[in-house]
Formats: sequence, C-alpha cells, structure tokens
Amino acid sequence: MSRSVLYDAPGPRGRRRIAVASVVAGVVLVGLAVLAVRRLAANGQFDGSRWSPLFNPGDEDFADLWRLLGGGLVHTLTAAALAMSLSLLLGVLIATTRISAARWYRWAVVGMVELLRGVPVVIAIFFAAQVLPVHGLKLPPLWYIVIGLTAYNSVVISEIVRAGILAVPKGQRDAAAALGLTRGQTLRIVLLPQAFRSMLPALISQLVVILKDTSLGAFISYEELLRRALIAIQTLHNPIQTYLVIGGIFILINYLVTRLATYLEARLSGRRARPSVPAEDLATG
Amino acid sequence: MDVITDNLGLYADGLLGTLTICGLVAVAALLLGVVLAGFRVSPVPPLRAVGTAYVTLVRNCPLTIVLFAFAFGLPEVGINGSYFAFGVTGLTVYTAAFVCEAVRSGIGAVETGQAEAARSIGLTFGQSLRLVILPQAIRAVIPPLGNVGIAMVKNSAIVGAFGVGGELYSVASTLNGARGEPALPVYAGVVIGYLVIVIPAGLLVLAAEKRLRVAR
Repeated sequence: MSRSVLYDAPGPRGRRRIAVASVVAGVVLVGLAVLAVRRLAANGQFDGSRWSPLFNPGDEDFADLWRLLGGGLVHTLTAAALAMSLSLLLGVLIATTRISAARWYRWAVVGMVELLRGVPVVIAIFFAAQVLPVHGLKLPPLWYIVIGLTAYNSVVISEIVRAGILAVPKGQRDAAAALGLTRGQTLRIVLLPQAFRSMLPALISQLVVILKDTSLGAFISYEELLRRALIAIQTLHNPIQTYLVIGGIFILINYLVTRLATYLEARLSGRRARPSVPAEDLATG
Repeated sequence: MDVITDNLGLYADGLLGTLTICGLVAVAALLLGVVLAGFRVSPVPPLRAVGTAYVTLVRNCPLTIVLFAFAFGLPEVGINGSYFAFGVTGLTVYTAAFVCEAVRSGIGAVETGQAEAARSIGLTFGQSLRLVILPQAIRAVIPPLGNVGIAMVKNSAIVGAFGVGGELYSVASTLNGARGEPALPVYAGVVIGYLVIVIPAGLLVLAAEKRLRVAR
C-alpha cells in the first residue's frame, strides 16, 4: 500500500524514522528466527533422518512416502472437485428456485439456506458419516465428505449466485420479457451467463474454502492428504517436517487459486458487469 | 428426540464449553489480528512483510493442519500443553489472519480525502485518527468482523472434533460414540446448539450492517 489514509508521504525526517524502525524490526525478527532455529536444532529437528524421506530422492523411504502422499493429494483433489461441482449445480438450483418460486415455497428455501449456513462443516460431515449408514445408506468415506461439504457449500454458493443474478441490470430482464422469452429461458439464456461472469471470482474463492475443508476427511478416515500424512508420521516420526510439507502443498495450491480469482476480478471489473460479490470478502474462514 | 431432552444438561454444558472456547479465541484473535493489521498498514517495510506473509500463509492453510501441527508439532520441540490450550491457540492463530484482513479492509475503506481534509483543517495525526478515520473505519469493520466471528464459532467445532472435550461437538461423540444413542437426534441436538449461537449472531451482524451503512 503505497498511499495510505493514515499518513502523508514521509518527509526526510519521516524517512529516517522509518529506516530506524526497519532496522529495529529487522533485528527483532532475525533474533526471533535465531531463537526458533536454535530451539529446533536443540531438539534434533534438523537431523537428516527427519528430512531426507521428504526431500532426498536417494532415501529408501522417499518413493514410498511420496506415492502415499501423492495418492492422498489425488483423493483430496477428487473430493474437492466433486464437492465443488455438486455445490455449484445445487447452488444454481437453489438460487433460481429462491428467485422464481411461489411465496410459501420460497420461505421453505430461505429457511433451509439459513439452517445449513449455520451448521459447522465438520458437523455436516460427521452427520453424514454417522447418520446415513444407520439409515441404510452405506457409502465409501469419500461420499460422506462430499455430502457434508456439498450440504454447506451449495447454500453458500446459492447466495453468491443469487447476488450475481440480482446484480444483472433490470433492463436485461425487461428486454428478455419483451422478446417473449419465458422465465426459464430468461434465466438460462440472459441472466445466468451474465451473472456467472460477475460471480466467478467469488466462486473461485469458495473453491479455496472447499479445498481446505477436505482435510476434515482425516477425522472420518478418508485417506486424503492429511490422513496419509498422519499415517506416514507413525513410521517416520517427523511430524513437524511432514506438517510443513503438506501445509506447504495446501498453501501453494490455494495461493495460486486465490491469485487466479484476483486476476479475474481485475480483468472483469473493467467490463460493465462488475463483480457484485468481491472475491476476498466472502472468505471469512 | 428423548435423547435431547434427557441430556439437556450435557447439551447446556457443551454450549457453555463452545462459548468459552469462542470467548477466549475472540479476545485473543482480535488482539493479534489488530496488531497484524497495524503491521500491514504500517510504513515500516519489514513489519508489512511479516503481516503479509502471516496472512498469506495462515489463510491458505486448512485449520485442521494448523491444529495438528500445534498439538503434535510443538511437543517435539519441548513445548507441552493440554489439547485445550493447543486448540484455543491454533484457532486463535487461524482466526487472527481473517480478523487482520477485515480490519485492514476497513481502514482501506476510509477515503483518502477524509484524512487529507482532516490534516488540512489543522488536526494533528492523533486527532485525525481519533476523530475522523477510526470512527469511519470501525463502522466499516464491524460487519465483516461479525462474519469472521460466526466463522470462528463454526470452526470451534473442528477444535472439538480434535478431542478437546466439554464442548458441543464432544456431546455428540459422548452420546453417540460412547453411549450408543441413536445418531440422528444426537446430531440434531448438536446442530441446534450451534444454530442457537450462529443465527442470533447472524441477525446481529445484519442489523449492524444496516445501522452502520454510510452513504459514501
């Protein structure tokens, strides 16, 4: 942030103060880093045996470990892709129902949306994993994750879609009506394509949320990345190093996805259909 | 539904436990988040870099991994604690990144002209901050902060799934897992417990949003 509301562009004295503060902050940060490294070293965290299975291709465990983790990553991405597609499908369905349904029926939809939005995702996943099998629906763990994630994210996405549809200028709807398009046609041909463009950044941000939440699969023994990492740690005894690596994988993927969302937002905001739902605002954790 | 009415005390304890975790995390994450936001808007480059790095790393990492790393990573370097302490710390570290972003965007929402006007009528830095910028920034910050808070309440369930005990999620594992009560009503009760917190909080945020909206 080169220009801030909080202060003027610094003058010579201000610049000197900033320089001094930078040096002090730098020294403090380096000091903290040294303390952390010494603590890690004192507890043997830099021993080669803890790192080489992860980073040294010559290590006897390297190939097995990465086959394990790679498979986990594939499972993570599978769950995320399925949950995202289903959530998008259901989200569009819920949003269009909410916009076009009869009044009494709309209340039912609104109620369901508000209810599901308030349920923690982890509870939704446990709910699926514990309740469905009792009532005769026995599925592989992947589907409990997908059902739990979809239950929550489809209503979140329906809100994004609704905001997107409502943000399309009213003239578009009027024009479609004047052309004699039915309500369904208006929605499908005129409103949704335009809305979709404006909500793309927000949808991509939601993808980050879904991807992060797939790691909850570790609790119901779905063998995604985190679960596989836990398995690996049991034999290799290097929790810090393994968490660093899998955390890094998640951070890298999500960072790239977020950058994509920001890029699209910047590109699309130049056009008439402005993103009605900013990408950043929706991700609250 | 007898399970819920028979175990109302257990559910109430769980609700209280969840509220305790959330209260602790809310205070700590607010403090840490505001400090981080201060870092991110400060004129000192190293502090800005720290703030940006923190937010980028923490926001993109699943809370589950943060919690596992705290509970099983820290003991490796001789830092021991209870699951409760690790859970609360992990959720705080995670939530602070979102608090930071909410606060930062609030400060960013105040137009530069406001500060310029304040300075041009001769207000000092302290006066312009206190009388002009902060009142507007706080207005812009409260609704998003409320949403972060709601997300935090829901995330506390992950801390619960981690085995902290004594909060809403653990009620389900006690009743369903240990005592073999039927899953559906047990989970319905837990969901109601969360909704009791989240829905009023959501309405509060909505009301605050309406009240604090300023024509800009």
